[in-house]
Amino acid sequence: MNTIAIDTDHSEPRDFLCLKEEHPHNGTLLGFWLYLMSDCFIFAALFACIAVFGTSYAGGPSARDVFDLPGLAVNTALLLISSVTFGFAMLEMARERKRAMLAWLAVSGVLAACFVGLEIHEFVTMIADGAGPGRSAFLSSFFTLVGTHGLHVTVGVLWLIVLMVQLGKHGLTEANRRRLMCLSMFWHFLDLVWVGVFSYVYLVGVLR
Amino acid sequence: MPDRPAIWNFLLGRLSLSSLPLDNMLVVWTFVVVALGGAVVLGAVTYFRKWNYLWTEWFTSVDHKKLGVMYMVLGTVMLFRGFADAMLMRGQQAIAFGSNMGYLPPHHYDQIFTAHGAIMIFFVAMAYIVGLMNFVVPLQIGARDVAFPFLNNFSFWLTASGVVLFMVSLFIGDFSHAGWLGMPPVSELQQSPGPGVDYYIWGLQLSGLGTLLTGINFVATILKMRAPGMTLMKMPMFTWTSLCTSGLIVVTFPILTATLLLLSLDRYIGTHFFTTGFGGNVMMYVNLIWVWGHPEVYILILPMFGIYSEIVPTFSGKRLFGYSSMVYATASIMLLSYLVWLHHFFTMGSGADVNSFFALTTMMISIPTGVKIFNWLFTMYRGRVHFTVPMLWTMGFLFTFTIGGMTGVMLAVAPADFLLHNSLFLIAHFHNVIIGGVVFGAFAGVNYWFPKAFGFRLDEFWGKLSFWFWQIGFWVAFGPLYVLGLMGVTRRLSHFTDPSLQIWFIIAAFGAFLILLGILSFVVQIYVSIRRRDELAVGNDPWGARTLEWSTSSPPPPYNFAFIPRVYDRDAWTDMKKHGYQRPLQGFNDIHMPRNTAAGMLLAALGTIFGFAMVWYIWWLAIVSFVALIASAIAHTFNYNRDTHISAQDVAQFEQHTGNWEPKAKGATA
Amino acid sequence: MSVKRLRGLLLLMPALLLSGCNLVLLHPAGDVARQQSELMIASVIIMSLIIVPVLVATFVIAWRYRASNKSAEYDPEWDHSTQLELVVWAAPLLIIIVLGAMTWIGTHQLDPYRQLTRIGEGRPVAADVKPLEVEVVSLNWKWLFFYPQYGIATVNELAAPVDMPIHFKLTSTETMNSFFIPSLAGQIYTMPGMQTVLHAVINKPGDFDGFSANYSGHGFTDMRFRFHGLSEQEFGQWVAKVRADGGDLDTHAFDQLNQPSRAEPVHYYAHFDADLFHRILNQCVDPQQMCMDKMMAIDAKGGHAMHGKSTDDAMSADSSMTAPAHDAATH
Repeated sequence: MNTIAIDTDHSEPRDFLCLKEEHPHNGTLLGFWLYLMSDCFIFAALFACIAVFGTSYAGGPSARDVFDLPGLAVNTALLLISSVTFGFAMLEMARERKRAMLAWLAVSGVLAACFVGLEIHEFVTMIADGAGPGRSAFLSSFFTLVGTHGLHVTVGVLWLIVLMVQLGKHGLTEANRRRLMCLSMFWHFLDLVWVGVFSYVYLVGVLR
Repeated sequence: MPDRPAIWNFLLGRLSLSSLPLDNMLVVWTFVVVALGGAVVLGAVTYFRKWNYLWTEWFTSVDHKKLGVMYMVLGTVMLFRGFADAMLMRGQQAIAFGSNMGYLPPHHYDQIFTAHGAIMIFFVAMAYIVGLMNFVVPLQIGARDVAFPFLNNFSFWLTASGVVLFMVSLFIGDFSHAGWLGMPPVSELQQSPGPGVDYYIWGLQLSGLGTLLTGINFVATILKMRAPGMTLMKMPMFTWTSLCTSGLIVVTFPILTATLLLLSLDRYIGTHFFTTGFGGNVMMYVNLIWVWGHPEVYILILPMFGIYSEIVPTFSGKRLFGYSSMVYATASIMLLSYLVWLHHFFTMGSGADVNSFFALTTMMISIPTGVKIFNWLFTMYRGRVHFTVPMLWTMGFLFTFTIGGMTGVMLAVAPADFLLHNSLFLIAHFHNVIIGGVVFGAFAGVNYWFPKAFGFRLDEFWGKLSFWFWQIGFWVAFGPLYVLGLMGVTRRLSHFTDPSLQIWFIIAAFGAFLILLGILSFVVQIYVSIRRRDELAVGNDPWGARTLEWSTSSPPPPYNFAFIPRVYDRDAWTDMKKHGYQRPLQGFNDIHMPRNTAAGMLLAALGTIFGFAMVWYIWWLAIVSFVALIASAIAHTFNYNRDTHISAQDVAQFEQHTGNWEPKAKGATA
Repeated sequence: MSVKRLRGLLLLMPALLLSGCNLVLLHPAGDVARQQSELMIASVIIMSLIIVPVLVATFVIAWRYRASNKSAEYDPEWDHSTQLELVVWAAPLLIIIVLGAMTWIGTHQLDPYRQLTRIGEGRPVAADVKPLEVEVVSLNWKWLFFYPQYGIATVNELAAPVDMPIHFKLTSTETMNSFFIPSLAGQIYTMPGMQTVLHAVINKPGDFDGFSANYSGHGFTDMRFRFHGLSEQEFGQWVAKVRADGGDLDTHAFDQLNQPSRAEPVHYYAHFDADLFHRILNQCVDPQQMCMDKMMAIDAKGGHAMHGKSTDDAMSADSSMTAPAHDAATH
């Protein structure tokens, strides 16, 4: 139906096909990184709540009243160290030392689990003291942001356990390496977010 | 909780017989019609023994082309639902004057406009753009599938989950009456204690997650899987706009997720984000939801700009004018769209400086948009314009959208917005750009790529009829709303006292009827075309098009390309044709393809059950389905064997026996 | 009837219809709305400079370069022209610069928070004029107006003297609404716990439409009121009438009024507690509730401690300031 005149130009032959099988570049790491960036925006919205509601105590307890900074220091140390140990695990992966790697992964998992445990303890204490998420907009924002982060860490621990089983079963296959790289990114990402939570929610909250 | 033995409350949560809207005859009859229709469809599938075919070839398919088609079917089904809501509203507003209260009491009318808006945006417009992106993008970049085929299937079923929850709300319980954005305080527990808002929240959470995964998938696909030689500045425009839209999805949909999460926390555990007391603030929700909501409208329109940018050059027989301008315009629209959200509530009283800033950023968007319009005009200039159905829709778009753009800038003039905000003028404006831009674009795209998907063209006559009904119907339906807006009539009213308004609403209702004829013509067009498919069969390149998808057979083989193409020019296929490209018939290799899987459907089904349980406070079911969901997801990761092979012989068989690689249409290539 | 005449009739019909209806936004009776409306019209004219040529060009180009017109030039490779692309970017840019400047100035001049400097074209506000104070509350689903200078209050009826600047302060009890009298001035939101401000003036006597322009629930459709533009003398009579017919708006009466209702008739009140608007705004009409301004003052000082380990004893000493007791009210 179209009557477009196109000059057929044979003078310059071009190689229009890749005759050898092309293996497409693997997009998993990029994809996972994109997921982390999108997750950033969830945290951004929750941080925005803290920014807006940071002093909306509704006549209730303030940040200074509810935050236990020494406990928090322990918590933060646990999470940061778990990032370092995860790094060791990745180094062992590069050296193909499966058992050492699994050991370091286990250490990271235990540290993160302790972090979650301490956080649950903090939440329970606060709620028992009448400083629950329904007390004020400030506490709503606090519980939601910190809780969302804690939920992420929990998912990370669960994932770590599953992956350790898979590593034990199948060894350091390409697929497992890829998964471990993703989990590693996830782990460090949560650390970064925690640095934000620690400084913006806790420190600024107490200093405010 | 209903008054009954505790065991029932445990088992059914707050669900009871009285949750069924049996007293509302309109709903009962709708249910009867839907149930009968559903029974007929299910019966037919059973009778023709198509369950196995549907299951293996479609539902569990990870093929982007099939998922694309399923999205389009889903979008069309939901178009009927959303349009039925529109007809109900137009009918109500046309008769509810003075002592006549119409047939929709406010609590029902409010649900209908909420459902109409949410469905049209999330399940019609989004389904159409995701469907078209799915079908076209991998073909256009010379890839065999998307980066994450399983996720792609999962995304589709998550979208379907949202649809299921929205549809179930029609017959079990009720739907949100808080407007399509679910604005508190109306959507807070105090004013909406029923399940409606919860249906809305969980429906959108599920489908929103699906959309987010689609966004990630397409950014990764476009950045990682382009054919060798296709640099960023050689990508087809539709791929460019899909990239920008997917990027916007990745940075905005999480905000929707977070906002709805906060609203559900308010509703479920009594937090105080958007409540009046305890330090909460309604405007926080308004800001957050529009930080997502405004980019969302550009998520919708950008791919459509891409479609027009494919259609205009093809049917003008000419290269796209100002390609780099088009790319920069798209990118700047994408960036600017993130800086304009406050123009949705200038009247909040945020002060002149803030309002001016957002007014100016909003106006700035019209610059790249204007550039695009000019470039399409210059593409036609010195071309040979064929007024096929896709081109007609494009012409209709140019005319309609330009006017819609102008009324949009009127609304961006902040002082004028103080008069026009929330008026029917605003309603007319956004329908002007969404129908004139997105819907016309979807129909243009469907008519354009249909022959690629099925190997036969869509019928021209019914296509043109559909176009003219839509085009004229649009102006008859929304022209009066512009006038009513200038008469100071606000939106979402279910009853009027001033009789001088009625004539305009009657005209608008007639316009909606014309649009209905347009939709029916589209249905007839599909039906007639399927009946006459042998007559309408076309070659692989019926339009003399310019991009890679037209270098494959119609329909394309499951693996898209036996050999990955190498790209030298923006109009890669035109370039190939120009150099006398010949399709090879031998020398094929085995091809790796992802295996079909039911996991996506299973996970989404569990998600739907979880959502339903949360809506009705059936806690045990929520816990069980959630645990099952996590367990299934973990179990899925234990499956390492996700690939399958298409042997070289099968490829050869396919390549040698199907698909006429030279266009059938006479003279398309010299 | 010939096709031509039919076409003429079809074209005439919208014109006839339009002449029959009142496009209030195009010729409002209040100075603020009029300026806003003029800006709107000016923006249309400025944009027409580019929109109309584009629309014409769309049809001209499409027609001239239709495939069947073999005499038209055909240049399939022509896809770039630096000059043209400069024009293409510059033309909308210029329009937007003009429009943007206009908007910037207009937005500042017509900021609803800004006190009026004129009551009409070339009619500055006299130095000794005190604006009429009106405090507006949107309830579910009706409007309550306080006139603190006159000690009266009304429901669903508003009146103001012609050419007198009006200073509205607005808030809401529960839902979000938008206070809009199209003839008077652009709308402004009313939000619970927050106060917005609107300055306006009505220049013509008359009976005008007012309503909520922001959906707020089932009764929203009927959330309408009348706005009377009155001469100074008529306004005095109206105030006297409200005083004579009005009842007492005490806390109890307010609670009654605050119950959701649809299509509420007009009420007049001759007495109300002087701080009622303040208490509505601060969500403490119920004396057991702590007022929000008080609460915010406590918050600003670091909040109210738990377990009495307060940082500010003076605050915690006041037992009425402990938090509202119905934490779980929303459950």
